[in-house]
Amino acid sequence: MTLDVSVRHRLDAFSLDIAFSTDGGITALFGRSGSGKTSLIRILAGLIRPDEGYVRLDGETILDTTSRTVTPPHRRRFGTVFQEGRLFPHLSVRQNLLYGRWFSKAPVGTGDIERIVDLLGIAPLLARPTANLSGGEKQRVAIGRALLARPRLLLMDEPLAALDDARKAEILPYLKRLRDETDIPILYVSHSVTEVTQLADRVLMIENGRLTASGTASEMLSLPGSSAAISRREAGTVIEARVAPHQPDPRIVKVAAGGLTFWLVGTERLPGQRLRLRTAARDIMLATKRPEGLSALNIIEGVITGMEPSGRDQVDVALDCAGTRLTARITSVSADMLGLAPGMPVHAVIKTVALDP
Amino acid sequence: MDWLALSDAEWTAIRLSLKVSAVAMLASLPLALLAAMALARGRFWGRSLLNGIVHLPLILPPVVTGFLLLILFGRRGPVGAFLETYTGLVFSFRWTGAALACAVMGFPLMVRSIRLSIEAVDRRLEQAAATLGASPAWVFATITLPLILPGIIAGMILSFAKAMGEFGATITFVSNIPGETQTLSAAIYTFTQVPGGDSGALRLTLVSVVLSMAALLLSEWLATAAARRVSGT
Repeated sequence: MTLDVSVRHRLDAFSLDIAFSTDGGITALFGRSGSGKTSLIRILAGLIRPDEGYVRLDGETILDTTSRTVTPPHRRRFGTVFQEGRLFPHLSVRQNLLYGRWFSKAPVGTGDIERIVDLLGIAPLLARPTANLSGGEKQRVAIGRALLARPRLLLMDEPLAALDDARKAEILPYLKRLRDETDIPILYVSHSVTEVTQLADRVLMIENGRLTASGTASEMLSLPGSSAAISRREAGTVIEARVAPHQPDPRIVKVAAGGLTFWLVGTERLPGQRLRLRTAARDIMLATKRPEGLSALNIIEGVITGMEPSGRDQVDVALDCAGTRLTARITSVSADMLGLAPGMPVHAVIKTVALDP
Repeated sequence: MDWLALSDAEWTAIRLSLKVSAVAMLASLPLALLAAMALARGRFWGRSLLNGIVHLPLILPPVVTGFLLLILFGRRGPVGAFLETYTGLVFSFRWTGAALACAVMGFPLMVRSIRLSIEAVDRRLEQAAATLGASPAWVFATITLPLILPGIIAGMILSFAKAMGEFGATITFVSNIPGETQTLSAAIYTFTQVPGGDSGALRLTLVSVVLSMAALLLSEWLATAAARRVSGT
């Protein structure tokens, strides 16, 4: 699957001018609200016609303003999940789920319905009216509804943004399963570092209607050079890791990333399972000697590769830890006190509970 | 209680009124739906003009509306003559003419009710349906229509009730012919014009009150049922 997009569109004072191409997996469109992500999704879904540009999927022209080709939304088969769910209020959950099936050329078998209902854990909701579903349940039904229309591409426009943290945590595992168990390519719009870290294979950074950078999740979301769309609080490092085959203690999980070992809590522990760790730069401490008598389990040796002033009287210290890059944000006072300088060996200390799987 | 027994002529007037009102309501429904869609969703030149024309019968004196119908739809009128030649449909001094007058008088009420319900529809639901593969016609049939059903029902009942009470335009356009164009209201009027007609007028008045009340209750009940369905509870 290859999606080629190049569109220009003016909306009042705002202009969108974006070109990208992407294949398979989850591609995140990441940026602040108002950066044009939602307009882009609406153009792809066929709900807005751009001033200029084209959209092609596997060589098939969906939209081309020069040849005036426009496939109307209902013939695109681009499943869309909106921020607010948009369940049909006059239909039951089951009828909502099966809505797209009426129009799908290749009918969905009952096996598919069971599989998707099971994947999203919505079997107990089927007979209920939509009005008394919780926000998280509505969103899961909306995702199921889009999947059962047999989309060629799934567009997700901040599907979790309207939910509180508990509901987000409830849905994220389902989205991971969706990524791992179906082969439908997904464009995922979000301004949440957590969601993008956990889900995206590839990240497109969007600022002010322009594509500013693109790359893997760990490249795009790690300091230095991560986007301005990531707040100072959230700036940090994304590390690709795998659950280690032997787990010495059932209360914590041992994962391997490059040559390093990390300990974390609160994740599944299937040996060999891939996961992404995220650690905020402000959660990392530095020590010149190996600290003792400390509760933090992750003490990692590394060498300072660079020091970058960051904000008022703070320094981002870049480390190379056996090939893995980490960034610690400390005060300039601490840096002076310890006499930190590039080339110096240090120990990075990360609290176990500060590592987000 | 003998005085409550309805005479044959009175029964005829009641049956005629019900027939005229039902036909007026059903025949104007498709047009009203179209007009309401155009007014609620359309962005075209002459939209204000259309709005004005639709609402005209509400504001004009009914006699004027009746007279205009007579000019346009009479046997010598441009529309009336055309319809008679090509479809055999005659309006003047027939019950069909009464139905036409009632339909025209009830039209603004029906359009208004449907239009308000169309404007209340969340268009994002229609977009969602389109992304699921529904063509515009299917979106209308499966999303828009069910969501505006309470408005359509309310509009139909309003139009029916208006038709049951219509007097001025009908009597001007198709006169007051017993058995053909003498509806309930016209029959009551006739009774009041002859000596000793009071008891007849009272009987038909009671019938009129009962019918209006029944229509009102039915519309309440239907609208509640439809609203419950639409809100998904």
